[in-house]
Amino acid sequence: MNQAHLWWAIICVALISFTFKATGPAVLGDRQLPAAARGVIALLAPVLLAGLLVVDVAGPRWTGLDGPLLIGLATVAVVRLARAPMLLAILAGTVVTALIRLLWG
Amino acid sequence: MDGTDRIPPQQAEDPTTPAEATAHATVQGAAGASRRQGFVAGVKVGTGLAAAAFVLAVTFGAFARSEGWGVLAPIVCSLVVFSGSAQFALATALAGGGGVPTAIAAAALINGRFVPMGVAVAKDLRGGRFRRALEGQAVVDGSWVAAHLGGGRFDRYKLFGATAVQWPAWVAGTALGVVVAPPESLVESLGLDVVFPAFFLLLLMDELRGSRAARTAAALGACLAAALVIWVPAGLALLGASAAALLGLRKGLVPRDTKEAGGS
Repeated sequence: MNQAHLWWAIICVALISFTFKATGPAVLGDRQLPAAARGVIALLAPVLLAGLLVVDVAGPRWTGLDGPLLIGLATVAVVRLARAPMLLAILAGTVVTALIRLLWG
Repeated sequence: MDGTDRIPPQQAEDPTTPAEATAHATVQGAAGASRRQGFVAGVKVGTGLAAAAFVLAVTFGAFARSEGWGVLAPIVCSLVVFSGSAQFALATALAGGGGVPTAIAAAALINGRFVPMGVAVAKDLRGGRFRRALEGQAVVDGSWVAAHLGGGRFDRYKLFGATAVQWPAWVAGTALGVVVAPPESLVESLGLDVVFPAFFLLLLMDELRGSRAARTAAALGACLAAALVIWVPAGLALLGASAAALLGLRKGLVPRDTKEAGGS
């Protein structure tokens, strides 16, 4: 990892995040974005979260698929759907994943 | 709710008679108590979120250290970026060989949701442009949701309180992850590698709840990412998947007046 590139990346992401959070309150205020822009922005978060999830679970060229991890994630979803707090859902998924790996070696 | 900010102008002016002074003091006292209540309520909600953030931050610190970030960079990153999804996107894209511009773009796209979230909360922030910009930095996913009063209004002090406990927890967790740097085998044995994707899964579930447009776009984005990751690095796959958000250009798919804050 090139440390200079890494620091530039961190600085850029920090400035971009600051700007994104500041833009609405400082510039737009009560004004609304155009409807088309709002429509696209409204879908960015779910699209990117879905993409991140797939990329992280599948790994490069689908080489990272892991059975216990998938079962752990399913557990997280089921526990959350049962209206459990976020932390409890993650804890349940972690425990299930660890137990499966312990039992399966 | 911030009582001071709701005081009608005539009541906020300087009192001129003893009776008015008493009434003014009463209003000011109630406003102060309301502010404290809002902040304390935010701290209470934020404590649970902070615990989850702490665990997630440990995995981020360990992951970043294992990817050659060193000791200081991950901690500074958590201090100045303070966004789990963006930081993991940055680290994942860099680890995937997508290059620095791609990694920055992936993290920026992930944090693009803060624009509409900031717009939504803008009416309830106070002060001039600079102060409002600073107050807007308190917007993070959990705090934004916790502070939402309904009808597009937000409890400003609850937002501050919820973020005030999450930020130090996020930085401390990162520091612990970097310093302890648990080996990957230990992280896997304890099942801690599920925390990062689980975090995204839970945020995604919240996003998809009650929005057909979000479900359609997320499904398309997931398919695009699944296909692209076969041929290109993770960062590029993420950028390609973001094209699914263009579905939002279709009239009628996204309710313009109810989804303007971008979910979360």
